Amino acid sequence: MTLHSKHLALAGAFAAGLAQFAGAAQAQEQEKCFGVAMAGQNGCAAGPGTTCAGTASVDYQGNSWTLVPAGTCAEIDLPAMADGTPRMGSLEPLMRDLPKG
Amino acid sequence: MNGQGAFAGALLSPEMPCPEQLRGPAGRHATRRFDVYRNNVTVALTEALAAAFPVVQRLVGEAYFAAMARDFIREHPPRSPVMALYGAGLPGWIERFPPLAALPYLPEVACLEQARREASLSADAAPLDPQALAGLSPEALAASAPRPHPAARFLRTRHPALAIWARNAGRPDLVQRPAGEVLVTRPKLSVLTCAAPIGTAATLEALARGLPLGAALPAGADHSAIFACLFSAGAVISEGDPKP
Repeated sequence: MTLHSKHLALAGAFAAGLAQFAGAAQAQEQEKCFGVAMAGQNGCAAGPGTTCAGTASVDYQGNSWTLVPAGTCAEIDLPAMADGTPRMGSLEPLMRDLPKG
Repeated sequence: MNGQGAFAGALLSPEMPCPEQLRGPAGRHATRRFDVYRNNVTVALTEALAAAFPVVQRLVGEAYFAAMARDFIREHPPRSPVMALYGAGLPGWIERFPPLAALPYLPEVACLEQARREASLSADAAPLDPQALAGLSPEALAASAPRPHPAARFLRTRHPALAIWARNAGRPDLVQRPAGEVLVTRPKLSVLTCAAPIGTAATLEALARGLPLGAALPAGADHSAIFACLFSAGAVISEGDPKP
């Protein structure tokens, strides 16, 4: 087989692989959701001063996250804050419920 | 022996006496306190191993796993304070542990759990979109050299380790998989485990060495199946991205 025909065979295999790829099943993807984890149950890491999983020191800490099924972060039911403001999960870190000090 | 050496030496060996210098508040020998402490150390390390290898624990049973973990922990005390990484040597240790020779598939199941753990802890990277290669000429495609994703791990199994793992990990979609190659990676946030066509491991090894696609795919393998597997799992990144 010449080099050119080798390259053509590779391109053919690539195109065939791409056709199979179009039908590939994807696992349920997850997303990082901030402000919904209970104290000590966050994923890695919960903002400056913390290093890794399980270091959030208050419930619903705004800068700590946990993995949830993609698309569900903002719909998680959370208790309202002490002053009645509703709590929402967020795909970005939040300024609420940060540890004092 | 200095105090620290005696303390560390006795920590994982219950047959060794409590270090001489260790005293309780009344000035008495702190033997019972030290026994409680070293028991907690072994229990905590055993729990870290069980969290990392839940299917291995299920296959041998909790009591056996705890007994086996005690032996492993004494031979391989942690070298890092990060428990998320402790136990990387367990699959190889199981393979050399004579009492487990009756379960020849167990080291492969342990390797699979370790691969999933490494994939989970590896750096994030955006998988290469195969459409980026679709417009290339056959020569340019053969010369392109995508790299393995930093989270991509592969296994060549002689036993149906993937099926055994799947049955015990609640993954009915994979329980019929025969022995062969397994690909583990993490294209986004979720670890992906799938059966891979023969030659996928060799392809990833070649790409890791920097070989281009034209030289990376092993002769005689089903190249289109390998392409489909690598791209649908998101197991490669573009050659411009930093080396994992």
